Amino acid sequence: MFRKSHFNIRKFIYDAFDKDMAKVVFEKVGIWDCTTCSACLNKCPKGVDTVGFVTGLRQLMVEDGRIPPPIRDALKSVSIHKNPWKIGAEERSKWAEGLEIKNISEGADILYFVGCTPAYDARLQKVARAIVGIMNKAGVDFGILGNEEGCCGSEIRRMGDPWTFEYLAKENIETFKKYNIRKVVTTSPHCFNTFKNEYEGADFEVQHYTELIAGLIEEGRLAFSREINKTVTYHDPCFLGKQNKIFDPPRKILASIPGVKLVEMDRARERSLCCEGGGGRMWIESEDSEDRLAKIRVGEAMCVQAQILATACPFCLLTLEDVVKTEELEESIEVLDIAELVIKAL
Amino acid sequence: MESEEIKIGVYVCHCGINIGSTVDVEQVRDSVSELPNVSISRDFKYMCSDPGQALIRKDIEERGLNRVVVAACSPRMHEPTFRKTIQQAGLNPYCVEIANIREQCSWVHEDKADATDKAVKLVCSAVAKASLLEPLEEKEVEIAPRALVIGAGIAGIQASLDIADAGFQVYLVEREPSIGGHMAQLDKTFPTLDCSACIMTPKMVEVERHPNIELLTYSKVIEVGGYIGNFNVKVKKKPRYINMDRCTGCGLCAEACRLKGRITSEFDVGMGKRSASYIPFPYAVPSKYTIDAEHCLFLTKGKCGKSPACKDACTADAVEFEQKEEIVELDIGTIVVATGFDLFDATEKPEYGYGLYDNVLSGLEFERLVSSSGPTQGKIAIGGKDPKDVVFVQCVGSRDKSVGNEYCSRVCCMYTAKQAYLIHEKLPDARLTIFYIDIRAFGKGFEEFYDRVREEGVRYIRGNVSEIIKKGDRLLVMAEDTLLGEPIDVEADLVVLATGIVPRADVRELMNLLKISQSPDGFLLEAHPKLRPVDTASDGIYIAGCCQGPKDIPDTVAQAKGAASSAMTKMSQGKVKVEAIIASVDPFICRGCGRCVEACEYGAPELQEAEPGILVSEVNDSLCKGCGACAVACPCRAISMKHFKNEQIFSQIEAVI
Repeated sequence: MFRKSHFNIRKFIYDAFDKDMAKVVFEKVGIWDCTTCSACLNKCPKGVDTVGFVTGLRQLMVEDGRIPPPIRDALKSVSIHKNPWKIGAEERSKWAEGLEIKNISEGADILYFVGCTPAYDARLQKVARAIVGIMNKAGVDFGILGNEEGCCGSEIRRMGDPWTFEYLAKENIETFKKYNIRKVVTTSPHCFNTFKNEYEGADFEVQHYTELIAGLIEEGRLAFSREINKTVTYHDPCFLGKQNKIFDPPRKILASIPGVKLVEMDRARERSLCCEGGGGRMWIESEDSEDRLAKIRVGEAMCVQAQILATACPFCLLTLEDVVKTEELEESIEVLDIAELVIKAL
Repeated sequence: MESEEIKIGVYVCHCGINIGSTVDVEQVRDSVSELPNVSISRDFKYMCSDPGQALIRKDIEERGLNRVVVAACSPRMHEPTFRKTIQQAGLNPYCVEIANIREQCSWVHEDKADATDKAVKLVCSAVAKASLLEPLEEKEVEIAPRALVIGAGIAGIQASLDIADAGFQVYLVEREPSIGGHMAQLDKTFPTLDCSACIMTPKMVEVERHPNIELLTYSKVIEVGGYIGNFNVKVKKKPRYINMDRCTGCGLCAEACRLKGRITSEFDVGMGKRSASYIPFPYAVPSKYTIDAEHCLFLTKGKCGKSPACKDACTADAVEFEQKEEIVELDIGTIVVATGFDLFDATEKPEYGYGLYDNVLSGLEFERLVSSSGPTQGKIAIGGKDPKDVVFVQCVGSRDKSVGNEYCSRVCCMYTAKQAYLIHEKLPDARLTIFYIDIRAFGKGFEEFYDRVREEGVRYIRGNVSEIIKKGDRLLVMAEDTLLGEPIDVEADLVVLATGIVPRADVRELMNLLKISQSPDGFLLEAHPKLRPVDTASDGIYIAGCCQGPKDIPDTVAQAKGAASSAMTKMSQGKVKVEAIIASVDPFICRGCGRCVEACEYGAPELQEAEPGILVSEVNDSLCKGCGACAVACPCRAISMKHFKNEQIFSQIEAVI
């Protein structure tokens, strides 16, 4: 009941020892099921780079050109539009219309790196606008790259295309240099993680927006004026929690919102359950027909009587909200980004 | 020394094929035969063998050699051997120089011509130094016939008893109020199922009654100075606030204590409660109470009702709140370190839910739960009910890079098997499952016991548990059965984690105190992993038990006996030779700046007032280890190292370039 995929990393590794790699990759099922959440990597007592192995196998498939069409399209889209969502680069900053956000070329303390999904997805645009609203309220001096912003490459790398990732990383680093950017704040834990841990030669500071907001609250730069009288639970995104050990800032924010009753699910912090949105999984369905992990997760949130399931990741937000819609749970539980809760209470 | 003619014999070893297959030994022998002062050069299959050594001795006698160069393996291996060889032939043992043409040449090179060339240079260098070697005298110091044993677990207890039985005085220092250590906490011991307390208590009582053992409980070694034979040790005795002579161990004070049942019992690892006035366990030694200053109302707040209840209750008038800590100074000949281990903190593996779920226990917590002297008198009840399903998880904090412990803790496989057996005995209907990575049943009787446990119906599943989560009021243990390659979920009422052994949290403090080191795993480092397993790099200090690495009780006892024997050997000799290769200060060059004092790890150099207002450094020969740190630190080059003098080293360098 708690396992979704028949994907077994050890089987792949054992076969790879003495068999033709291509055969291993193309004959086995499940290679696209992995969300690269790193739960196994963190637990492995022998320090095996399981996630590196999965992305390495996917790389072989990309090299060979034998990849599922949705993955192929996402990779292609990044090369053409600098985002995996197949929408033109010229539409990237449409979400910010009417918000009068400074372009980073005018100079600012912080670059707000919006990310592909918050820039293009109608649901996530609300989150981006909330973050902007919060920063404005606190008087943060920030700017955005506008249409010049390009994909961070995190998901691209995990779909097995390190070449495009390297190209994107190089281009982003150059752009950041051009505008003398010292500090970057991201919407997505995925952009955050790749900037922080995977960009070679990067010399800028990077923060997830929850870290920034928690800091603003602590410094007394944000005053809440409204109460949210709801029971809220927080779902730790893997790329923020498990992979970067950022557990407390999101909780501190929620705890400081007047009226919020913060409850924890059984699986919290390091023990959090993946929503299944990472590692390219936003673009491809599992080959398995079991329940989605997001469905299990929403169930866990309802188990602790949460009225709001809060998270801090674009992918988590979409996967969890999908379940609430498909299961018609809108009456019982609402999925919101932490930024949306904060802006509501300001 | 008087200016006699230097006559050097050079002996090049083949070391079988270790050197011979990569280095042209004959060529080396011939290339050095014409060097200044060399009167003979020979090669031999094994120089360290009896005939090899006899060859050297014969040449010394017949040819009047007064310096010897041996080109062979590392001086760490056979320098002591060849020192003895030439000493037997009447030479000063420091008149031999070793050229390491094995570890530093044949083992690390492949090209024979190049390796031979390098070997020649190494031997030339050794010959150059040999010409300048000076005989050195080894001083002797007396060894005080008294041993300090730090830690009174089974290792410290055994070492103390052995040393004391041999007639030497022993000071046994234990930081807890009672001796016994971890072994006293265990219920039964694998694989024989002896009751731990039953085999432990007689030894504990013997320690208390032994005329040659002075027990210093609730005490801590705070300073160790001096050197082998003459350690000056300071021990801090914490106040017990109970007069040890008057206390009868009746327990009226604990009964009366206003905090009764409110303080977590350390001995029961949090499974039970105690008073502020307490005895850790019923068969504690000494069987005297202690008032815990951290919790006692009177000691922390200055007030306990109208008057302290314990004082009122005590019929022997033993409660003494005015007690102060005491420093005891000891002159010690040898030291045995037996400080034991800490249990791995399972909260570092959050996937197991330890600390989150009450029914996930550490291995030691389970020992207390199942023990008849434990908080439940041995009844295994979870939420008031007998557990129906119990799951054990092996290798928690051992063999696990994710928590930085790569080593195997060596006891968990067997203690888990034993614990499963104990549950089976008490609750025959309980379903028992053990998740493991590998089973290591290596000791005497271990494999047989493992088989017996499986025959009793305990289910072993190969696979590391990935996650433990709540399922109603039970737990769901998830893993992969790696033999079948399939996921498996097991429901449980109780999960016992086979928590491993880790170095004590204060191991660094101990290392600084005794000037001993640790191995990469964090445990104390022995002088040689195979041949000197109980010695340390500091002469006169020996290690035993789990402070040196995880081990079970029989191995601990064996090592304790070994450490005791090493300490006794030194003390029986009564005297010990101290290092002859030491630093010496030229008082006319020394400007008394004191940098050598700062550089020395062993406190050997000290500034003395040579004339009024003029400070000069003096090195205590007995403390100096000859490491050379002071010589490097000295800005005036006033310090030289015997056997490694500047002119000796320069001559070696000149010979190779």
